[in-house]
Amino acid sequence: MRLPCMGGAGGGYLKGMYRYDALDRRLVEDRVAQFRDQTARYLAGKLSADDYKPLRLQNGLYEQRHAPMLRVAIPYGMLSTAQLRVLAEIARRYDRGYGHFTTRQNIQYNWVKIEETPDILALLAGAEMHAIQTSGNCVRNVTTDHFAGIAPDEEVDPRPYSELMRQWSTLNPEFAHLPRKFKVAFNGAREDRAATSVHDLAFDLYKNAAGEVRLRVKVGGGQGRTPRLAVTIREDLPWQEMLNYTEAVLRAYNRWGRRDNLYKARIKILVEALGPEKFAHEVDADFVYLEGGAGTLTQEELDRVSSFFVDPPYAGDADADLSNARARHPRFAEWLDRNVAAHKRPGYAAVTLSFKRAGIAPGDATAEQLDAVADLAERYSFGEARVTHYQNLVLSDVAQRDLFELWLAADALGLAEANIGLATDMITCPGGDFCALANARSIPLAETIRARLAPIENEIGDLAIKISGCINSCGHHHVGHIGVLGVDKNGEEWYQVLVGGRSDTESALGQILGKSVAAEEVASLIERLAQLYLRERRRGERFIDTAQRLGVEPFKAAAYPASKPALETA
Amino acid sequence: MSGLIRFTPQGPVLAEKDGRVFTRFADWLAAPVEARGGAVVLAPTDDPAALDEHLSSLSAIAIEFPKPTDGRGFSIATLLRTRLGWTGELRAVGAVAYDQLAFMARCGFDVFDLREEEDGTACLRAFSEIGVLYQGAVDQKLPLFRRRAQALAAIAERDA
Ligand code: SF4
Repeated sequence: MRLPCMGGAGGGYLKGMYRYDALDRRLVEDRVAQFRDQTARYLAGKLSADDYKPLRLQNGLYEQRHAPMLRVAIPYGMLSTAQLRVLAEIARRYDRGYGHFTTRQNIQYNWVKIEETPDILALLAGAEMHAIQTSGNCVRNVTTDHFAGIAPDEEVDPRPYSELMRQWSTLNPEFAHLPRKFKVAFNGAREDRAATSVHDLAFDLYKNAAGEVRLRVKVGGGQGRTPRLAVTIREDLPWQEMLNYTEAVLRAYNRWGRRDNLYKARIKILVEALGPEKFAHEVDADFVYLEGGAGTLTQEELDRVSSFFVDPPYAGDADADLSNARARHPRFAEWLDRNVAAHKRPGYAAVTLSFKRAGIAPGDATAEQLDAVADLAERYSFGEARVTHYQNLVLSDVAQRDLFELWLAADALGLAEANIGLATDMITCPGGDFCALANARSIPLAETIRARLAPIENEIGDLAIKISGCINSCGHHHVGHIGVLGVDKNGEEWYQVLVGGRSDTESALGQILGKSVAAEEVASLIERLAQLYLRERRRGERFIDTAQRLGVEPFKAAAYPASKPALETA
Repeated sequence: MSGLIRFTPQGPVLAEKDGRVFTRFADWLAAPVEARGGAVVLAPTDDPAALDEHLSSLSAIAIEFPKPTDGRGFSIATLLRTRLGWTGELRAVGAVAYDQLAFMARCGFDVFDLREEEDGTACLRAFSEIGVLYQGAVDQKLPLFRRRAQALAAIAERDA
């Protein structure tokens, strides 16, 4: 099934994604020229490394362990086939042939050269992409539900609101240098698939009794060394005031957030210091001056942005009876049960391509795979793909009658492992193999856990294992059903294990089980936790349900069978 | 060579530093009224609202940037211009660097006391590097979505 293209500068995208007009395009082009000049001044010695640092960070460029790393924004995770091909092109021409999908729905390249970065950004601009504010102390890339617009449990499509937030926060002068990074997420469904509770600012979109869109505003969530769940400060914000209210929140944070201590600079510390009521009161005191002003969103603008996120031309006869194929191909049946999700539209399904497979770092994709996914998206999903915060890719609109063919194609590419939501679908940060901040490596550890749990993962069922190489928590270990954190012990790599975290609607932070253990011991420790669950579970209980019912003590005992667990605060 | 950039109706103009003396707000308040002078400098921790009752006795306000990436001055400037209605000189002092000038200008600064190592002539270019402004601020109060048609027409004309 080939679909007609819309054409345009980037070539070949379809409706269903936000498209740049001359203004959006001009902004990213100007930004590239500006960064080219800044980089030239730096390389010529006219700009100090200290002064260049915040500039390169806000253009996605990090200094890492082995080489500079470039993080490219994928706003709310959506990609067109043309964009996927440009990402492949960058991997091939400017990196070592692959990229890495992150827990913030971005992609990063680990082997770029500083002097080539402006050219990479120019290539991105041509495909209506950028790396603006993917790092630095500013509002970062906006994230949302990877099933936005297609989920059966969705009340409000979060994508237009995410795009409006993206535009408002892009190069916002007043908030260009916040005390620390600032992450915003949206959710418009009953099930929270966007981990909103661990964001600095999050919006739950819903409709009130009159059918009008309202926002529940939550602030102060985050991970790191002081993990906190976001607290609600406003229940019923009219959507028109979304940007004004955000301005008031950011102004309070910009003025009063701590700047004396890197580890106390996130908004969660300010919210906690003032208390949520006082913080909300300060925000309201500023918001009254903004409400109804120039920053109030108009219906016309919401309509303009929403007009991009329309349904593709779904076929009326997309459904299929798959019982025969199921019976003949057990692996296909497993894949259907694990990697294929329900769709709001009868006859359609959302397919997750698994980027968690043996021998490859979780979330890594080669240039060839990116190109191949572009082909699959074009053939089977109206030319669109999404990045999940679980570091997988989703084809969002697949006709059921195409599922078997798609499975064969994905399987040939090694992207059809039926493990979505299972123990081997681990979230893993780049860790000590790449990241300069790491205490310990994550990727080899994930591999040993994978080898240990793969044989029993179907028996275990839903289990979210999340691994961070240091307390910065990029691997979301605080909200893993089982979390693993790399710690440094006299220059050696050790790991703490946590149990009971979750990032869904009933979000919770995991609890540390006890003293940290050496790398060789982590996989067997986790297996003992899984065995405890298998012994103790009641009918229908998932790992996280059993963990919540039993509390942490039995897991401590299972983790350290010989000795009594000694609590350690590394 | 460093210097002082001042916004004029003809655009930004580079001049020699004028050596104008700004008194710390706390010292200014503590001084006898007749000895206060007409220029104060705010630290990032100062509350601009405290200036409200004194604005009529001032001819210039400066805001200090301890380093280029201390963004508190942006909010203080915004509040002075929008909430308190200050229309007089608003000067950026301290670590005033090329790559922050455009942000400062958008937040309402109109005089820029460049730090020593800046090339003043080069800095004049900093204000026009980005030609599209999504959000409203002090300089352009309307967000892009309230003036999209005009902005598109202006771009088309420029590119023609
Ligand atoms: S959690 Fe730590 S080691 Fe892992 S990517 Fe983040 S900063 Fe690096």
